[in-house]
Amino acid sequence: MTVHSFQEHFDKLIDNEVTIEPKDWMPDDYRKTLIRQISQHAHSEVVGMLPEGNWITRAPSLRRKAVLLAKIQDEAGHGLYLYSAAETLGVSRDDLYDQLHSGKAKYSSIFNYPTLTWADMGAIGWLVDGAAIMNQVPLCRTSYGPYARAMVRVCKEESFHQRQGFEIMLTLSNGTEVQKKMAQDSFNRWWWPSLMMFGPPDADSPHTAQSVRWRIKRLTNDELRQKFIDVTVEQAKVLGLDMPDKDIKWNEERGHYDFGAINWDEFYNVVKGNGPCNKQRLETRKKAWEEGKWVRDAAMAHAEKRKTRMNKAAQAA
Amino acid sequence: MKDTNKAEWPLWEVFIRSKAGLDHKHAGSLHAADAQMAMENARDVYTRRMEGVSIWVVESKYIHASDPEESESLYDPANDKIYRHPTFYNLPDEVKYM
Repeated sequence: MTVHSFQEHFDKLIDNEVTIEPKDWMPDDYRKTLIRQISQHAHSEVVGMLPEGNWITRAPSLRRKAVLLAKIQDEAGHGLYLYSAAETLGVSRDDLYDQLHSGKAKYSSIFNYPTLTWADMGAIGWLVDGAAIMNQVPLCRTSYGPYARAMVRVCKEESFHQRQGFEIMLTLSNGTEVQKKMAQDSFNRWWWPSLMMFGPPDADSPHTAQSVRWRIKRLTNDELRQKFIDVTVEQAKVLGLDMPDKDIKWNEERGHYDFGAINWDEFYNVVKGNGPCNKQRLETRKKAWEEGKWVRDAAMAHAEKRKTRMNKAAQAA
Repeated sequence: MKDTNKAEWPLWEVFIRSKAGLDHKHAGSLHAADAQMAMENARDVYTRRMEGVSIWVVESKYIHASDPEESESLYDPANDKIYRHPTFYNLPDEVKYM
């Protein structure tokens, strides 16, 4: 087959909603875009453990601590599922780590904000995981098989993350005046960055059309953002918290909530590395990687030694 | 290959039996220094929610996969052998339990 006919065959599979698997021919751009998207997601899961790790030792009860630990452990697992999916495209795990640690690869900007109070564990679960789920559910039907299968696993586990966050918010909202204030303050701080998680408006997102065509994106940034706002406004009512955006208003004609202007300058500024915690997050990751080197090497040396010993024993027998 | 990659742990494929009586099914992959560590990691990553009662791990390099470009020669010959399916045979309605 010529490259041209390979391309035709690939397009036909994509158009007929057939899944692409690692050994299938695929255009270079499809492969590159997938590696970038999947590894960015993997990095986000891994860096996403840091803001929450900040509260493990200070969780208010044993139950909350066990739940938070389980959630963070899940995130490590999600990172692993996604790195594995990226590796099927021919990139090595160490190269992906290098890209993260050198600052070449991006991760979700939301994790560059600090977790100042316990309520942030609630807001992150409710809003950040809520936004992530909104993003991820359509990706369970994405065109690349290993990615879709990883997303199915991630989504299954993620729903407890959002519920536990909402439960924290609900408990604080029904608590003392101080606790309720803490919940509201946390909501105010996380609301706008959560909306930014869906990425720039469609008009400023030049690759959306191609990604939708390839089915590695199933809904546009603006569509997902609107969906998230519509469900979250109703959930905030249950909590009895005020929306941090005074322009939130039901629009009968559109059948959606209208909302205020998002500060995209802030978004681009954080993406560029100037958020409150960018430097700290990256340094923590790098330190963990470097200080873990002797463990990785020792495990490898131990495995080699054991193999040699077993071979010797086999020869002697 | 870059120097940093020399120490990368090998890749393993993980297969999980979800309950007694069922086949092991591919669950995903992971890196580990040896089989024992692969098993421990598989347990931690893939069976945290009672997803399995048995685990197989095999180093990915030992898996041989068919080539998608050979699909035609591999699978098409089955297309014209519909007599291998029970529905190929017309039986009178009176025949029961067959």
